[in-house]
Amino acid sequence: MSILDSKIPDGPLADKWTKHKNTINLVNPANKRNIDVIVVGTGLAGGSAAATLAELGYNVKTFCYQDSPRRAHSIAAQGGINAAKNYQGDGDSDYRLFYDTVKGGDYRSREANVYRLAEVSGNIIDQCVAQGVPFAREYGGLLDNRSFGGVLVSRTFYAKGQTGQQLLLGAYSAMNRQINRGKIQAFNRHEMLDLVKIDGKARGIIARNLVTGEIERHSAHAVVLATGGYGNVFFLSTNAMGSNVMAAWRAHRRGAYFANPCYTQIHPTCIPVSGDHQSKLTLMSESLRNDGRIWVPKRKEDAEAIRAGKLKPTQLSEDERDYYLERRYPAFGNLVPRDVASRAAKERCDAGFGVNKTGEAVYLDFASAIQRYGKEKALTSGIENPSKEEITKLGEEVIENKYGNLFQMYEKIVDENPYKTPMMIYPAVHYTMGGLWVDYNLQTTVPGCYAAGEANFSDHGANRLGASALMQGLADGYFVLPYTIGDYLSHDIRTGKIPTDTPEFDQAEKDVKDRIQKLMGGSGEHSVDYYHKKLGKIMWNKCGMSRNEQGLKEAIDEIAALREDFWKNVKVPGTADSMNPELEKAGRVADFLELGELFAKDALDRNESCGGHFREESVEQDGEQKGEALRDDVNYKYVAAWEYKGEPKDAALHKEELNFENIELKTRSYK
Amino acid sequence: MGGLIRSSIARKVAMALSGLFLVFFLLQHFTINFTSVFSADIFNELSHFMGTNPLVQFVLQPILIFGVIFHFIMGFVLELKNKNARAVKYAKYNGAANASWMSRNMIYSGLVVLAFLGLHFYDFWVPEMVYKYVEFAPEDPTRYYTELLHRFESPVRTGLYALSFVFLALHLWHGFASSFQSVGFNNKYSTGATKFAKAFSIVIPVGFIIVAIVLHFKH
Amino acid sequence: MNLTLKIWRQKDAKSKGKMVDYQISGIEGDMSFLEMLDVLNEDLIAKGEEPVVFDHDCREGICGSCSLQINGEPHGPDRLITTCQLHMRMFNDGDTIYIEPFRAKAFPVIKDLMVDRSAFDRIQHAGGYISVNTSGNTIDANAIPVNKENADDAFAAATCIGCGACVAACKNASAMLFTSAKVSQFALLPQGQVEASERVLAMVNQMDEEGFGNCTNTGACEIECPKGISLENIARMNREYLSASLKG
Repeated sequence: MSILDSKIPDGPLADKWTKHKNTINLVNPANKRNIDVIVVGTGLAGGSAAATLAELGYNVKTFCYQDSPRRAHSIAAQGGINAAKNYQGDGDSDYRLFYDTVKGGDYRSREANVYRLAEVSGNIIDQCVAQGVPFAREYGGLLDNRSFGGVLVSRTFYAKGQTGQQLLLGAYSAMNRQINRGKIQAFNRHEMLDLVKIDGKARGIIARNLVTGEIERHSAHAVVLATGGYGNVFFLSTNAMGSNVMAAWRAHRRGAYFANPCYTQIHPTCIPVSGDHQSKLTLMSESLRNDGRIWVPKRKEDAEAIRAGKLKPTQLSEDERDYYLERRYPAFGNLVPRDVASRAAKERCDAGFGVNKTGEAVYLDFASAIQRYGKEKALTSGIENPSKEEITKLGEEVIENKYGNLFQMYEKIVDENPYKTPMMIYPAVHYTMGGLWVDYNLQTTVPGCYAAGEANFSDHGANRLGASALMQGLADGYFVLPYTIGDYLSHDIRTGKIPTDTPEFDQAEKDVKDRIQKLMGGSGEHSVDYYHKKLGKIMWNKCGMSRNEQGLKEAIDEIAALREDFWKNVKVPGTADSMNPELEKAGRVADFLELGELFAKDALDRNESCGGHFREESVEQDGEQKGEALRDDVNYKYVAAWEYKGEPKDAALHKEELNFENIELKTRSYK
Repeated sequence: MGGLIRSSIARKVAMALSGLFLVFFLLQHFTINFTSVFSADIFNELSHFMGTNPLVQFVLQPILIFGVIFHFIMGFVLELKNKNARAVKYAKYNGAANASWMSRNMIYSGLVVLAFLGLHFYDFWVPEMVYKYVEFAPEDPTRYYTELLHRFESPVRTGLYALSFVFLALHLWHGFASSFQSVGFNNKYSTGATKFAKAFSIVIPVGFIIVAIVLHFKH
Repeated sequence: MNLTLKIWRQKDAKSKGKMVDYQISGIEGDMSFLEMLDVLNEDLIAKGEEPVVFDHDCREGICGSCSLQINGEPHGPDRLITTCQLHMRMFNDGDTIYIEPFRAKAFPVIKDLMVDRSAFDRIQHAGGYISVNTSGNTIDANAIPVNKENADDAFAAATCIGCGACVAACKNASAMLFTSAKVSQFALLPQGQVEASERVLAMVNQMDEEGFGNCTNTGACEIECPKGISLENIARMNREYLSASLKG
C-alpha cells in the first residue's frame, strides 16, 4: 500500500459523508475559544472557511495579499455555480452531478470526494440566498438556471456575468460579521512566506506585511491554505496579476505533497494576445459558444491575406470557411468540452490558418446566430417580409440582450465591433486542477495543514467542468473543512496558545529573511518580469496544450537553467523594509521557477492523454476516434503526489491508486 | 435625535428641508411682487396684510429668518467639512467631466444670493422694521407700492437685482431638484418632479427680474 | 506614440509627495493603461530607479484594485470601465497625462499611486452582512420568492466593486454611493429586512467616522462609477436612514 492514506470512510458512496460526520471527534464550544486557526487566502474557499470557523467559535486569522479580502480572484468567475437542486425538474440529482464531474474530469478524481461535493452543492445555494446573494430570478420570483458545457441538465445558478463576485461578496459579508464580532482578525496586504512546523505539525506561518516590509510570526493550532491555483506559471493567463503558488509551494517544501501539477485547464475562448507588452489575458464566457460558430479560412492564402490585413473575414463566403469543430465533431460541434476545443484551435493555427497578426487566433462568428434570431424575432413580432437590414437589426438586439456586456468588453479591448465582424479568440491558461495533495478531510501530508479550493487537487480530476470551481471552493469552505478540521483540533484542546518565540519560528524567520536577502542581492541584470516571461514561453511552448517527451525533457533543463540565472542576475530595486511590489513578484517567480520544473516532470511521467493533459505519444491510432486523446487506465489510473527532495527534478513520486466502484470507466467521445 | 443631526445624512436632509422651505417662501414672495406689475392696489393690500398680521410678523417671519440663517450656516459648515475631506488637492481635477457647474459651485452661487439678501434687507426689510418697530410710524396701507417703485429707480440697483436672480436661478437649478434626492424621493415620479424643479428655478427668478425691469421703466 | 506623464511620487505615507514628469515612447493603442505603466516601470528598473507603485490585480475590471485618477477623472476619460480596461487608443501622440492617486482624507496614500481603502472594509464590517449562520441549515433557496424587479435592482446595487472611484470623483470625497450600494442590496431583499434599521445606522455612522465628505448630489459618482451604480441607491439609503432614525 502507498504511504498516502486518503482516509476515505467505508460504506456505500452516498452514506460516506454522513457517516463520517457522525463519527469524527468534535470540540466543545468552550474549548474552541482556546484554539486558533490561520486561513491563508480569502477567496471563495478561504473566505467561507474563515467565516464558518469563526462562527463555530475558533479564533481565526486571515491573510491575503490584496488590500481587501473581497478582491481575491474568485471574484472574476463569470458563468455560474452548479448545484444539484433539480429545480428545473429535468432529472438532476446528486448522483448525476457526481457522475458528470467524474466523467468530465476524465476519470482522474476521487469518487468519494466528488460525491460529497455533489451532496453539499444544494446547501450552498440555500446558504448564499440566505446571505443575500442576488442570484438571477425568473418572473415568478424563483431562482433561474442556465445550462453549461458537457452536461445534459440545467443546474447552473448565476448572477448575470459576475457570479464569482456575488458569491465572494457573500463570503466576505459572512467574514465581516465575524470581524465585527472580533472572531476574525484580518491581515490584508500580507503574504505568507513560509509554513512553520513544530513536532511535525503545522503550527504557524511567517508572513510579510507588504506595506511596511516587516516579517511577522503568527502561530495557530492549524493552518488552512486556500491560496488558489498556479496558472501564472505560464506568465500569461486569465489569473490575476498577483495570483501565485507561494503558500502552496512553501508548504510543499515543508513536506506537503504536490499532486498532479501538470493538470492545467486551457480555456478555449479568450481574447488573443495582441503583442509582447501583454500582461494578462481576458476570458470570454463559455456561454458564447452556444451561439457563436468557430472557423478559420479553408485556404492558407486567405489566412495569410487576412493576417496581412488585405482581406476581411466578412468577405469570405460560406464555402471558403472551415468550421473545423463542426467538421471534426459533428455530434457536439462548437460545444465540445474545453480541452477538446482548445486543442483543435491550436491545431489549425499551428497548421498556418490563424487569423490575427500573430497567427494565433480563430474566429468566433455570430453572423448566423444574428440572422437566425432576427428571423425568429421578426416572425414573433409579426413583421411580414422583413428586409435583410431589419432582420440583422432585430438579431443584433437579441444577441445584445444575451451577451451585451461581453461584446462591449471585447470591443473595448480589441477595438472591433463584434456584431459586424467575427470575434477573434484563442485558448488561454485558466485553471489548474492540480494542487496540494489532500485526504478526504482536506488535510495535506503535513498534519494540521489543510488545503481548500483550487489550491488542493481533489475534485476535478484532469479537467474541470464549467461552473464547478465556485461550487468546490464554497463546499470546501462552508461545509467540509469546518467539520473535518474539528476532528484534528479535538486533540489540541489542552495544547494552549502556541508560542512564537521558539527555535522553529526563529529558524523559519531566518530562512525567510535569508531568501529575501538573496533576492535583493542579485547582480541586477534583468527585471523579474524578464524571467517570468521567459518561463512563461517555455511553459506555453513545451508544457502547454500538447506535450511530448522531448519537449518536456527540454523544458526541465531549460527551467533549471533559467532558475539558476534568476538567482544570480535578477534585479530587485528598492528595499526589503518597505512597500516593494518588485520584491513580492520576485519571491513568487522564484517559486514558479521550481514549480514549473516539477510540472514538466509530472507531465513527462504521465505518458497518457487525459483531460487537459495531452501527450502527443498517446493518441488513438485508428477507428472513429483516430487522432483523439488516448487515456491509459491500466498504467496511469493514479494521483501523482510529489514529495519535495531538494531540486524539483529529484522529487519523489507517490501514487494514490484511484478506485472506481460506482462508475464505469469509458472513453470520452464527442464525435 | 442628537445622533441624527450629527450624521452626514441628517445634515443633508436638513439642508434640503430648509432649502425647500425657502423655495416655498420664494414662490409666495414672487406672487405678491408680481401683483405690483398690474395692480398697485392688490399689491398694497397684500403687503399690508403681510406687514401687519401678527402671525406673519411674529411667527412666520422669525421662522423664515431662522431658515435663511440655518441654510447658509449649514452650507458653510458642509463646505468646510467637504473641503477638509480631501486634504491634498488634485493637481488636475476635471470636475466638468462628470458634474454640472451649478452643482459644483453651490457655495459661490449661494454667496452671491446671500450678498444680495444683505442688500435686500438693507433696502426693504431694515427700513420696514425701523418704520414699524423703532419709529412706530403710523401705518399707511398704501405706502408699499410707492416705496417699491422708488427702489427700482436706479438702473445700477435694478441691474444688480437682476444679476442676483441669475445666480439664484443657478443655485435653484441644482438645489431644488437635488433636495428630492436628499429626502429620499427617487421613484417613477422623480423625472417629472425634477422637470418641475428645473422649470421653477428658471421661471421664478426670471419672473422676479421681469417685475424689476417693469417697475424700473415705470419711472 | 510618445507621451509625457505627470505622476504623483510619494515614498511612503509619512513623506511628502510631488508630481514628477516622465517621457515615454513606443506606446501602442492596443496596450491597456496599466501595460503602458508596466513599460514605464521596466524603463525605470533598467535605469536603476524605483518603479511607480500602483494597485492592480485582476486586470479585467472586476476586482476593484486599480485606482488611478487620470487627467482629473477616476479611471480616466472612458466610461463604465476601470483603469485596467482603459486602452491607450483613447490618447494621442504627444499628449500629457496626469496620473494621481485617488484622493481623500479617508484614503491615505501608502506609496506613489497606491492608497489605503480599508475605510471601505470598516464600513462593511459595521453592518454589510445578513446575520445568518453559515451552517447551511437554512431554509430552501426557493422558499421565499423574490420579486424579479427587486432581485434585479439588488443585483445592480451589488455589482459595486469597491474601487473608490465614487469617492475620488466627488468634489466632497463622499462615500455615499459605495455605502448606499450595499445598504440597497440588502434593503431590497426579504432576507435583509430583519436587520435593515441597525444596518443602515451602523454603516452610515462608520462612514462618517472615517472622514468622508457629505453628499451634495452632484452626481459625479454615478457618471464615473465603472459599474454604473445608480444614484437611486443614495436616495434609498437616505430613506432607510431617516425611517431608521425616526424609529429610534
